[in-house]
Amino acid sequence: MVRKLALPDEILLKVEKPARYIGGEVNAVNKNFDEMDINFCMCFPDVYEIGMSHLGIQILYDMFNKWDKVYCDRVYSPWPDLDKIMRDRDIPLFAVESQRPLKDFDFLGITLQYEMCYTNILQILDLGKIPLYTAERTEDDPVIIGGGPCTYNPEPIADFFDLFYIGEGETQYKNLLDLYKKIKDENPGAWREKFLHAAAQIPGIYVPSLYEVEYYDKAGVEGDNPAPMPELAGTISSFKPKFDFVPATIRKEIVLDMDNTYYPEKPVVPFIRATQDRVVLEIQRGCIRGCRFCQAGMVYRPVRERSLEFLKDKALKLLKNTGHEDITLSSLSSSDYSHLEEIVNYLVENIHGKGINVSLPSLRIDAFSLDVMSKVQDIKKSSVTFAPEAGTQRMRNVINKGLTEEDIIHGADQAFHAGWNRVKLYFMLGQPTETNEDVEGIAILADKIARKYYEIPKAERNGKVQIVASSSFFVPKPFTPFQWARMNSKEEFLEKAKICRRKFGEMLNSKSLKYNWHESDVSVLEGVLARGDRRIAPALVEAYRKGSIFDAWSDYFVFDNWLEAFAKYDITFEYYNERERVFEELLPWDFLDCGVNKRFLQLEWNRAKEARVTANCRQGCSGCGALVFGGGVCFEGKNKVR
Amino acid sequence: MKVRIKFGKYGELKFIGHLDIMRYFQKMMRRADIDIKYSTGYSPHQIMSFAQPLGLGITSDGEYMDIEVDSTKPSKEMIDLLNTYNVDNIRIYSYRELPDNAKTGMAIIAAADYEVRFRYPEKISFDLKSDWPRFMEREHINVTKTTKSGESEVDLKPLIFDSHVMEDGLFLKLSCGSVVNLKPEVVLGEFYKFMGEELGEFDLLLHRKELYARGDDGELIALEDMGRDIE
Ligand code: SF4
Repeated sequence: MVRKLALPDEILLKVEKPARYIGGEVNAVNKNFDEMDINFCMCFPDVYEIGMSHLGIQILYDMFNKWDKVYCDRVYSPWPDLDKIMRDRDIPLFAVESQRPLKDFDFLGITLQYEMCYTNILQILDLGKIPLYTAERTEDDPVIIGGGPCTYNPEPIADFFDLFYIGEGETQYKNLLDLYKKIKDENPGAWREKFLHAAAQIPGIYVPSLYEVEYYDKAGVEGDNPAPMPELAGTISSFKPKFDFVPATIRKEIVLDMDNTYYPEKPVVPFIRATQDRVVLEIQRGCIRGCRFCQAGMVYRPVRERSLEFLKDKALKLLKNTGHEDITLSSLSSSDYSHLEEIVNYLVENIHGKGINVSLPSLRIDAFSLDVMSKVQDIKKSSVTFAPEAGTQRMRNVINKGLTEEDIIHGADQAFHAGWNRVKLYFMLGQPTETNEDVEGIAILADKIARKYYEIPKAERNGKVQIVASSSFFVPKPFTPFQWARMNSKEEFLEKAKICRRKFGEMLNSKSLKYNWHESDVSVLEGVLARGDRRIAPALVEAYRKGSIFDAWSDYFVFDNWLEAFAKYDITFEYYNERERVFEELLPWDFLDCGVNKRFLQLEWNRAKEARVTANCRQGCSGCGALVFGGGVCFEGKNKVR
Repeated sequence: MKVRIKFGKYGELKFIGHLDIMRYFQKMMRRADIDIKYSTGYSPHQIMSFAQPLGLGITSDGEYMDIEVDSTKPSKEMIDLLNTYNVDNIRIYSYRELPDNAKTGMAIIAAADYEVRFRYPEKISFDLKSDWPRFMEREHINVTKTTKSGESEVDLKPLIFDSHVMEDGLFLKLSCGSVVNLKPEVVLGEFYKFMGEELGEFDLLLHRKELYARGDDGELIALEDMGRDIE
């Protein structure tokens, strides 16, 4: 069978990994494009191997293709080598399976997993010959819809999207597609506006063009509508729907019954090695913990678990249908899953061996996890991982990370006695209220772990200990208690990394310790994009026009493009990153409702400043607001709502 | 039990490189629940070896892999089973038991058949029917090879076991294997030079037909003919 490919052989044989562009993988779905009611192209705006590793896309791909007369195809960002060829030869971007140009589709759904892929969205639209701005699109263009975690502040990219789907995709897509078909059938040639207006009334759907945003000017005191306080200068003065039928707030969509919902049994298996080349079992959504820096921990509340039976059944089917040799569990905090021991034991006893490996997610280090790790990993080659996120107990209280020094030292000690001699530690620099003592605390904590190792008699030790500590820079995110926080500047970040590195050098066991820190350029940019507003959009286009794509890849990230684009449109790090926001400020994402309410976030921000910890959902509900969804951990028997 | 599998690789699968094809077959064996043998040790892998990697961009009717299995069904059923779990552009043609002492295809491979066609037939200035015999009638076809240790002369002539002009291209039987492996594009490169032209990177469409080992009397035997069907 010969499929007609969009790219000629000469191009496919010239570019790196041509398999990225040809589709036809095991379990890929092929339907007759021309006989469909709706053709939906699902896009992950990064390279194929990353996009193919994403479970969320596999879930939606499977769901769409289960529906009659709906066909879901896929597209990923062409790697820079092909990107250049497509521009030089004016080849329109196409979907991998049907090999059809993006313009032929009814919908282009773009998943927004991280801010640093924003220029790749523009790349996809541009190569797809689709106008970048929603305002410029015609009756012949597909509907561009965004989904995923970045939609919790879609404002910097709002002008590029016709719709955003807020929340979990399993619930409203059917309604949305049915509505589209109905309106398009009734109004051929004049459907777009009617559809956008009607879509705005579907729960969870945000139509950015139907809202008006206004700003206080820089002085904050002029004009007809002066800002009530100087801190509000330059901020949003109003955010309003343009029409009565458009909702003023949009609540996220969520799946409550995690066992009776879509879950792919035959995910697509790429020919080339994907980043995640294994079966992924999503054991639960959400997190009970409430770390104050963590957006996922807030926006995916409440925790909803899948049943043990569901997971056992899927594990076997997925292994059989993919032929993968590896299976892993996925969730924000696997140790909190109620049936963790059962599912892990089941996998280790019934599946591990004869060519199948069980890879464990990062678990809290204790007797149980060390025991299973020793069964499925080579102790000599593997390491134990802790994510204290901060070096001192005070700082960990500020961020509400319920991991104590004793937990870490004790866990490491158990691991050392079981034969491990490598430890990985993850930290964040630049969190609110951080002092030099907190920064240096990172090195001191790492050293304490090393000291613990050398308490073991030499004869019982396994050579030298190796401790690798990595720090990333803290970026405040919407819908977290730190959404009002001041972010450090690039210079402050680097200074902190320097202080930390110096302290590592002074430690007793410095030879056993290694310290790495991340790039600060990317972090400060991520900060602007994460908490930005609609005024960012033209600067995004400008950076893209200067050649920026694949900003998440350090080889392709060009900070100067961004600095120049920001300068041109008067976007400053001072305004977007380096000021603490006041509670009175209307934040760009305030019109969204993720369940967790602003009152709770404010309370948490205040408690953070006092270094007071808050209980997790299972220790006691703190009334975050996510109870409104009527399910999940909020309704577990022992969990009394106050 | 040692088993030799013959398969073909077509269409866009020509863009999937050898290492990925190996990974593909490992996963396919698990999907089809083949009772394949695993090596022992900390990370066991399937006992599977390929006779000869196929270059990127080349299709084939005659690829081989040898595996070891603990149990099996008759050849016919196994071929159907494997094809059920394959993508359309990989087809299994034979599944045969090898003698226990058989060497792997990789170790004994000696020759390969190719069909060479031209991607842009309209651009060709030579007449294959008359020019190819002229090229082949010479006693030596010497080419200079640049290696690490400098330049050396190689005579291609004895490495071209057979050739003839087809309706739409050329058939070549070439020396193949780990010792002297002659690629069809090298032969064609020399032919183009002989014709006073230069072979372009994408001028050829290559298709492999069969792989051979040497029999006891030096004769060429297709790899699949060294095994017998399981009834
Ligand atoms: S309402 Fe209570 S139990 Fe539910 S997610 Fe919020 S804090 Fe946790």
